[in-house]
Amino acid sequence: MKFVEKQPADDTLDLVCRMCPLHLLEPGDKLKCLKKGQVLEVLTDYDGALEDIPEWCQKYGQEFMGIEEDEDCYKLYIKKVK
Amino acid sequence: MKRVYLDHASATPVREEVIEAMLPYFDRHFGNPSTVYDMGIKIKQVIEEQRAKVAKLISAKQQEIIFTSSGAEANNLAIKGVALARQKKGKHIIISAIEHHSVLNSARFFERIDFEVTFLPVDEYGLVDPGRLSGAIRSDTILVSIMHANNEIGTIQPISELSAICRDKGVLFHTDAVASVGNISVDVNALNVDLLSLSGVSIGAPKGIGVLYFRNNLRLMPLIHGGIQESGRRGGTENVPGIVGLGKASELALSELTDKIDYLQELRNLLVAGIQERIESVKLTGHPDRRLPGHASFCIEAIEGEALIYMLNQEGICANTGSACASKALKTSPVLVAIGTPPDLAQGSIVFTMDSSNKIEEIEYVLEKLCLAVEKLRSLSPLWRREEGK
Repeated sequence: MKFVEKQPADDTLDLVCRMCPLHLLEPGDKLKCLKKGQVLEVLTDYDGALEDIPEWCQKYGQEFMGIEEDEDCYKLYIKKVK
Repeated sequence: MKRVYLDHASATPVREEVIEAMLPYFDRHFGNPSTVYDMGIKIKQVIEEQRAKVAKLISAKQQEIIFTSSGAEANNLAIKGVALARQKKGKHIIISAIEHHSVLNSARFFERIDFEVTFLPVDEYGLVDPGRLSGAIRSDTILVSIMHANNEIGTIQPISELSAICRDKGVLFHTDAVASVGNISVDVNALNVDLLSLSGVSIGAPKGIGVLYFRNNLRLMPLIHGGIQESGRRGGTENVPGIVGLGKASELALSELTDKIDYLQELRNLLVAGIQERIESVKLTGHPDRRLPGHASFCIEAIEGEALIYMLNQEGICANTGSACASKALKTSPVLVAIGTPPDLAQGSIVFTMDSSNKIEEIEYVLEKLCLAVEKLRSLSPLWRREEGK
């Protein structure tokens, strides 16, 4: 597991309270709105996302930057590379 | 027999244009919107078009609309969805004393699971005092829910004033607009609300479809967990015909609203003036001016509202004693109690709610039959004889 701290982001996708498979569908849509090199912050309280999102990034050729644990959710960072 | 329908707060007739728009989605376009072949993709697009139409009706953004099964579900989702999502921030909810049962009972449910609920009193017209709301907000308050217009007494709350207080204090504000949408202008930005409920049954769409508006992606715990429908906020295969019906009804409601308001005010004023002139010892409930245009509600002394409804029914007139949901309980309306109506007078409650399809001649007919029914019931009433003897 890769961790980051105080990672700046260009946009945030809040998936807290929403469950599988939204964490595998919405990041792709949100990334379409970002430019190459920009960072998307994904907020989720769904544990399964901790494994699924890094795998999703690998599958779709995006860079998974890491995870930060917040008070009530996880923050996962994805850099758009293509 | 002639039929005069003056109970539009309970249900509105489904418009012909709405039925026509819905029909292809029962047979030709029956597919599941979540499927990835053309049939499903097209239906999903149709749903998004309807979402945009509903959003336009209340000046919201398309992505701020969640389709539900009813106004009651929308109210449940607002209260329960916010309370469960924000319980780490606090466990205090404020509602008014005259909310619909779907808000009232959702709040009561949370009292059972360790939340605290403040029930704000209202004045004699059913209005919430902004100062009282401000005083009731605590550091652990997470949500305030106050209805836009009351279905039983027609009073319209000063929502933008109330929501501004909540905004200043960082508390989310929900309004149940089931009774107001389609009858007065409803703009989520002007009202400055975070959540708003509406129902198809109030605006000429079929039963079984409602909407919760939620501002800017705010966190909501789903009530119905399922798949990807409604972006994961409300599971279950979509009620496509209902959604299409609501989209069409929203378009019609928006385009006809100004004329409708003027016309309904005329009908209402005629009915109110007629009742006040022809029937003695009658009290208009709710605010005299700040009320829904097609809404006239009264308490008639020495009359049993249910008996009056049955007598009017025999003349083909449909009216109600209060809310459709509560009238069968034969219990004094909590709304009438909250506005300080004496219990015996509250028994004589009658509510008329009009729509554009009603005619002036129908109002005249209702006035004639109502006067006769009141006269008949009072002639049998020991209470009225006592009143007369005074």
